[in-house]
Amino acid sequence: MSDKILLSAENISKSFNHIKALQKVTIKAFEGKITAVIGDNGSGKSTFIKILSGSLEPDEGIIKIGTNSYHRLSVAQAINAGIRTVYQDLSLDNFKNSVENIFLGDEITRCGFLDRKAMRVEAAALLEEIKVRIPDLSEPVRNLSGGQRQGLAIARALRRPAKLLLLDEPTAAMGIQESAKTMEMLGMLKRKGIAQLIVSHNMEQVFDIADHIYVMRSGEVLVDTAVSDTSPEELRELILRREDERIF
Amino acid sequence: MKGYFDISAKRLKYMGDKMEKILGYIKKEFSSPVLLICFCLMISVFLSISTESFYSLKNVVNILEANSYRMILAVGMMCIITSGAIDLSVGSILSFSAICTAISLKAELPIALCILLGLLSGTVMGVINGVLVYATRINPLIITLATSYMYRGLSLMVTEGIPVTKLPESFREIGCGDIFGMESGVTAAFVIIIAMIPVFFFMKWGSYIASLGGNPEALKRCGVKTWKYRISVFALMGFLASVSGIIVSARLNSAEANAGLNMEMDAICAVIMGGTALHGGKGSLFGTVIAVFLMGLIRNGLTIMSVSSYYQQFITGAMLLCAVVIAELRERRARIG
Repeated sequence: MSDKILLSAENISKSFNHIKALQKVTIKAFEGKITAVIGDNGSGKSTFIKILSGSLEPDEGIIKIGTNSYHRLSVAQAINAGIRTVYQDLSLDNFKNSVENIFLGDEITRCGFLDRKAMRVEAAALLEEIKVRIPDLSEPVRNLSGGQRQGLAIARALRRPAKLLLLDEPTAAMGIQESAKTMEMLGMLKRKGIAQLIVSHNMEQVFDIADHIYVMRSGEVLVDTAVSDTSPEELRELILRREDERIF
Repeated sequence: MKGYFDISAKRLKYMGDKMEKILGYIKKEFSSPVLLICFCLMISVFLSISTESFYSLKNVVNILEANSYRMILAVGMMCIITSGAIDLSVGSILSFSAICTAISLKAELPIALCILLGLLSGTVMGVINGVLVYATRINPLIITLATSYMYRGLSLMVTEGIPVTKLPESFREIGCGDIFGMESGVTAAFVIIIAMIPVFFFMKWGSYIASLGGNPEALKRCGVKTWKYRISVFALMGFLASVSGIIVSARLNSAEANAGLNMEMDAICAVIMGGTALHGGKGSLFGTVIAVFLMGLIRNGLTIMSVSSYYQQFITGAMLLCAVVIAELRERRARIG
């Protein structure tokens, strides 16, 4: 792959007591492209995302973003480096409304006071831009649908210029219609040139929009391939063969 | 003519929609305070009819004066509960800071310095609570229960169980001083409530405190240093407890280790009755203030009606139970909604 590397996580390992969640995982994300990390539950995908977003500290390995290298990324460092994360649980404050959630941790203030009017205008424009429809922005987010909540979490991630958008299971716990809308939104972001690293267990879904795929199993990268060089059937066969080799 | 009626109908619809929005907002944000005000009015009418001495300005002032320090404690507790925590050590902090101030006064230090020492001791105790809660990740209920015993023990160790009395006249004036015909404790409570309005509703601090109760992990993932806010909310509680302690000791002209016993329960009761979410995430400053007044009103009414103080304690407990059950049901309904 001749694309420009945006982020490179090399030889990342992480253990929780005696459980090895990640073992020397090397994954790269490319400018303007969608990289997908797929695997079953417990394969280490979410642990990997948490390390890249600064929520978890790796035991080993190095993360390179542009010219900077990090042995351990803090949340603030990740944000400053342009990494925005949409977590599987969406990390929304259910008591707060859409505007407050979009600006959580990065509120607009005037003389030390929250500038709610400015935040409301900016939030409405942002949601309009990424085509997320929320009729009442003052409604607490716990009353919103799954798709609206997902859109809100993505809007928050994109509020400041993002180099790379990390998405942990963006369609988990969503209906067919909402999943399709979310995937459509991610496709639109790709066309806008926003690089994405999507973690999912749904191979068919990511095949439609991803450029590069990593397959993980038991904390290791099994397959590293461009989407154009493979097919879902081939990957499935490869995974099953590896699984057979592991068992027998 | 037809056009005129068309415009009127449009305007009526607009006004109707606006009114519906305003009523919806009041229902959403102020349902508890409005309900409490109704309760206050009902009780006031009942007591005015059934007793002779209730219906007087002097009695209203008396209720405010007797509950000013409870008001201050409840405001702090409202912040704590909004942040998803609880503080059972406020009574002990109140007692210790009052003792600190009283001992300093006995040592003939300047009054301002004595008050400052009292405030500092309370704030430090609050910071200790906050640090312990944040660092250990143990339920704040357990941590502050332990520290409440420790702080109370410190008060007993320092005073050997003997009240510190006969404080200087100039200090007593702080507690009994007359501002607008009311004790200075009422003014202090009023100033604190007014100061809390912008901090709690219009500044980042208030928003983050609520998020600490709503979803602390989300706040952390947004790059906010949650430890600062966790510790600061306990520090504020400690500070307000020490303000209450100073007011109480100045009012009673003494400071003792057993002062402030069970005051945390009164504060918690008022906060929950006021409409603050039981598990944090949403606070109600106005509801809390009105709930403290309502509790004071009930206490005052029972005293006027010569009801034994034992019954008063039972009634406070029953009110707390009702408030907790109603709050839990309300939260469950909101979650389902």
